[in-house]
Amino acid sequence: MDIQKHEKLWLVAGVAFIVLLIATVVYGTVGAGVSMVDDSGGTIAPDEIPDDDRFGEPRVEHVEGDEYEVYVVSRMFIFQPGTVEVPEGSTVTFYITSADVIHGYQLVGTNVNTMVIPGQIAEITVEFDEPAEYGVVCNEYCGSGHHDMEGMVEVVPEDEWEGA
Amino acid sequence: MAFVDDYPFEAKVVRRLLLFALSALAVGGAFGLIQTLHRTGFLRIMESSTYYTVLTVHGVLLVLVFTTFFILGLFTWAIAKDLDGLPSRRLTWGWVALVHVGTLLAAIPMFAGFVEFTDLSADVLFTFYAPMQAHSLFYIGAALLIVGTWVAGFDWIRTWLRWKNANPGDRVPLRTYMVLITMALWYIATLGVAVEVVFFLIPWSLGLIETVDPLLTRTLFWFFGHPVVYFWLMPAYLVWYTVFPKLADGRLLSDPLARLVFVLFLLSSIPVGIHHQYLDPGIAEGYKVVAMSNTMFVLLPSLITFFTVIASIEYGARRRGGTGVFGWLRNLPWDRPAFTGVAFAGLLFAAGGFSGMVNAGMNINYLVHNTAWVPGHFHLTVGTAVALTFMATTYYLLPQLTGKELRWRKLGVWQTALWFVGMVLFSNALHRQGLEGVPRRTAEPQYQGFDYDVATGSMAELDLQVAFGGVILTLSLLLFYAVVIRSLLGARTQIDSEVMPEPLSGAENAPKVLDDFRVWIGISILLILVAYTIPFVSIAADGLLEPGGPAYPMIAWYG
Repeated sequence: MDIQKHEKLWLVAGVAFIVLLIATVVYGTVGAGVSMVDDSGGTIAPDEIPDDDRFGEPRVEHVEGDEYEVYVVSRMFIFQPGTVEVPEGSTVTFYITSADVIHGYQLVGTNVNTMVIPGQIAEITVEFDEPAEYGVVCNEYCGSGHHDMEGMVEVVPEDEWEGA
Repeated sequence: MAFVDDYPFEAKVVRRLLLFALSALAVGGAFGLIQTLHRTGFLRIMESSTYYTVLTVHGVLLVLVFTTFFILGLFTWAIAKDLDGLPSRRLTWGWVALVHVGTLLAAIPMFAGFVEFTDLSADVLFTFYAPMQAHSLFYIGAALLIVGTWVAGFDWIRTWLRWKNANPGDRVPLRTYMVLITMALWYIATLGVAVEVVFFLIPWSLGLIETVDPLLTRTLFWFFGHPVVYFWLMPAYLVWYTVFPKLADGRLLSDPLARLVFVLFLLSSIPVGIHHQYLDPGIAEGYKVVAMSNTMFVLLPSLITFFTVIASIEYGARRRGGTGVFGWLRNLPWDRPAFTGVAFAGLLFAAGGFSGMVNAGMNINYLVHNTAWVPGHFHLTVGTAVALTFMATTYYLLPQLTGKELRWRKLGVWQTALWFVGMVLFSNALHRQGLEGVPRRTAEPQYQGFDYDVATGSMAELDLQVAFGGVILTLSLLLFYAVVIRSLLGARTQIDSEVMPEPLSGAENAPKVLDDFRVWIGISILLILVAYTIPFVSIAADGLLEPGGPAYPMIAWYG
């Protein structure tokens, strides 16, 4: 097969570029330790939610020290709890599931973002260093009231924190 | 002699398919304008709950109907021309009827979503994720459309085998080669959605089974959902490789490389679907990494194309007297609408390629997943690289299919330029909104509890760009129909037959193994087994229908 000299150069540069892209992503994942949403959260059928220890009463829970856990149930067209309050400097693990159809859960403008699939539990851990307010949106179409589905995450200063 | 003189039957089939494709483009495009103005808040002529009915029609008509019918027409033209006609009229009319019937059946519940006195509806968008449920007609119609494309592929393969027996030892003609590789990809890819629809969604929508596993059906969808992108793009590449150089009075640089590019697409574009599921719980990180690295390799055939296609038109421009490093650009035929259409489509595809690399980057993807960034991206790819190329192709094929000259060519050039400008505004602003966290697929991305924190400029300014871009795109679409209709109203005349100039490096330089389809299909299946076996087994391990919940029929006026 005859390939021109310039074309060969371009091919080699192209492959090198692709390898570089893969390397940066792998570094970002393994090296910098950004972990992906995966299967670690386990499963729960939607009809098991009301009797479940964690999701029967969606809430913020203090584990120990700076560690908190948040159990969120998404349903047409609300998040429960609608407002999540945690203190600054906390490490918060969100466990999110759906009671009906597929939803999304994103802290607006950040990379805290996951699909919420009925049957599955999404697990994401976030470090909140500073006091801040984040809007939360459902970013997967879930029905005719989808655009009304929003929530808040409020990271409050240490001295205003009243406990979970 | 035009194509219509040599092959009147095949020309009629192609005209029928293109008519349906362009009608779908008209309705889908009009709905796009309604959405754009609604989302940005400039003009709201309907309830926000109806937005999702409009969005479903927009998505399905444009990415499933317009593309599929146009591709069926384009491929029928390519096969008939390369291989001297289609042998069986009955078989051909059979699949043409099947794709029409399937589409019309699926359209019934989609449009019934606009009326309140029936519970017939399909407001499930073109991804139809369970447990959102459409009326069974939607799934049955979609299945028939796909079966129709399978029969079309069978028709073309049979035509090729007949030709092969009559021409032993000859290389597969280039366009036929591209059609056959694309169909190989299509057969493999559609298996995913066929299993999803036939084994799960149809029985479920008829009440034969109670539940489906949302993660499993979604994974089956994306098994199909990424390669389908290449099913749209490869026909556009067929035009870029075998029509575009000639439009610039040039020649294709290398036939062997063109074949290699299509083989690379067949190998690399299927075992990647999980990159649409980077944010899905229930899929282990390792499989996402596999999908990510495979995805990056899909870049390779497009990078090669970028080089080859530009070199092919540069060759033409220099023959037309072009000189200098960039000076030759002036000598391209900027007065030919078919040329400008493909040129603008290719330019924006490069931009779309870059935003696609961001999507493919598994960790950066978390910032943009399901935000306005994503429609910003795919309006550059399917919405421009494919759609604008197909409009340019319409300009190119119209004389061949009708024996009438293309009229109002200057207006045609303006049409393609307006699409470019409108899409730059529309898509750039959507990308930027996505970075601020504005969600996609949302009737009113304005919320009670918070405001977007826009880094530069303001949300109002971005909304204005999105809406203004949408208006320009609509104007471009209107001009497109004006040019087509004016040309159709013209008189029959003498049209020269369409000839593809010989590539500089011809098929005789391509290794014979490139034409051995069994090898490439075999490797493709092997790669798919590596990428998908374990994810499917682990998702299905707890039962094919588990964990699942009740169905949620989607009706727009609900609530």
